Amino acid sequence: MSLVFAGVCSHAPGITGRKEMAGGDDAETLYVAMDEMRQAMEATRPDALIVIAGEHFANFFMNNMPAYCMGMAQEYEGPIEDPEWLGIQRTSVPGNPDLSRRIIQHTLQDIDLAYAEEWKFDHGIMVPLHFLTPRYDLPIIPVNINCQGPPITPLHRAWAFGQALRKACNAVPERIALVGTGGISHWPATPDSGKIDEAWDRDFLDRWSSNDRQRLLDYSDEQTYLEAGQGGFEIRTFIAISGASEGCTGTVHYYRPIPIFAVGCTVGIMNLEEVA
Amino acid sequence: MSLYYVQKLLYELNRDPALQEQFFADKESVLGDYKLDAEETEALEKPDIGMLYILGVNGQILMHYAAMCGYAWPEYIQAMRDALEEHGNVRAGLYVTTDGKGAV
Ligand SMILES: [Fe+2]
Repeated sequence: MSLVFAGVCSHAPGITGRKEMAGGDDAETLYVAMDEMRQAMEATRPDALIVIAGEHFANFFMNNMPAYCMGMAQEYEGPIEDPEWLGIQRTSVPGNPDLSRRIIQHTLQDIDLAYAEEWKFDHGIMVPLHFLTPRYDLPIIPVNINCQGPPITPLHRAWAFGQALRKACNAVPERIALVGTGGISHWPATPDSGKIDEAWDRDFLDRWSSNDRQRLLDYSDEQTYLEAGQGGFEIRTFIAISGASEGCTGTVHYYRPIPIFAVGCTVGIMNLEEVA
Repeated sequence: MSLYYVQKLLYELNRDPALQEQFFADKESVLGDYKLDAEETEALEKPDIGMLYILGVNGQILMHYAAMCGYAWPEYIQAMRDALEEHGNVRAGLYVTTDGKGAV
């Protein structure tokens, strides 16, 4: 069939792990926005959900670090973190190895994609799933883009990866949902945790909404690091969704800087029907 | 300076509950398997979370070790801030502080 849904959201562990420490209606409004994202995704009746996250050394370490990797397992396990720390119970998440294999094979036409038949999900995937598939009843295909351990993939390759993935989705009969997860400007797990550059984020989201390839790729890593922190490298996951949704605009349904969650919390959905 | 192995040990602790159990029962029995210098060994044994931050351990690895050692989130952030005061900025890696004015 094709890509039936594409969107982006945040995955910060504080969203679930430090929910009680949030002030005002921060947690409540974000949780409503995430639930609305779930409803929008469910309305497209997906057969599987591909989650593109930048993971945080749960499965991949500097001894053997792929730039891009996709899971090909029957089932996955998560969270790898202490369930109490993350606020998400440990569970088994269904995969679809046959679908993974076909998508990987197609993607390899354009991108050298690694694969993994074992994968323990960290907060990068578990936090989104907690909201998007709370019953863990939809097959998940995880993707990692290395955003943590330089050298890291350039932005134009993240875009090209999204394009390759779109072609692969078009080539399989299943209905595929695609969600990219990460932060925009943020300094998680540093003494600056909680610092968020809202103007930087809004400018990035403006580029993301208009799906303007040139402007989305117009960041150097040096600039991102200085202005948006090491957490800013995760814009690769959002840019991959843009590449997969080329020709469509996106709508940002929620954005709010929430310091105790250490990120500007975001929910965005691509208007795929524009090229349907 | 063997930051790679400090991080590798913490990465493996995060993944492997059996290794975690062995480590907290008898740290030396695990530390011997990694190429670490005296400063690194001391910081891991103590544990000195702030010093591990200064040595350049990636925050995504270190925050779990801090939690494992019983640090609540604000204590973990404070340990890094205190270490900056004492030792100056981070010596390696991406997790340097910019202005040290995080909100939490
Ligand atoms: Fe992240």
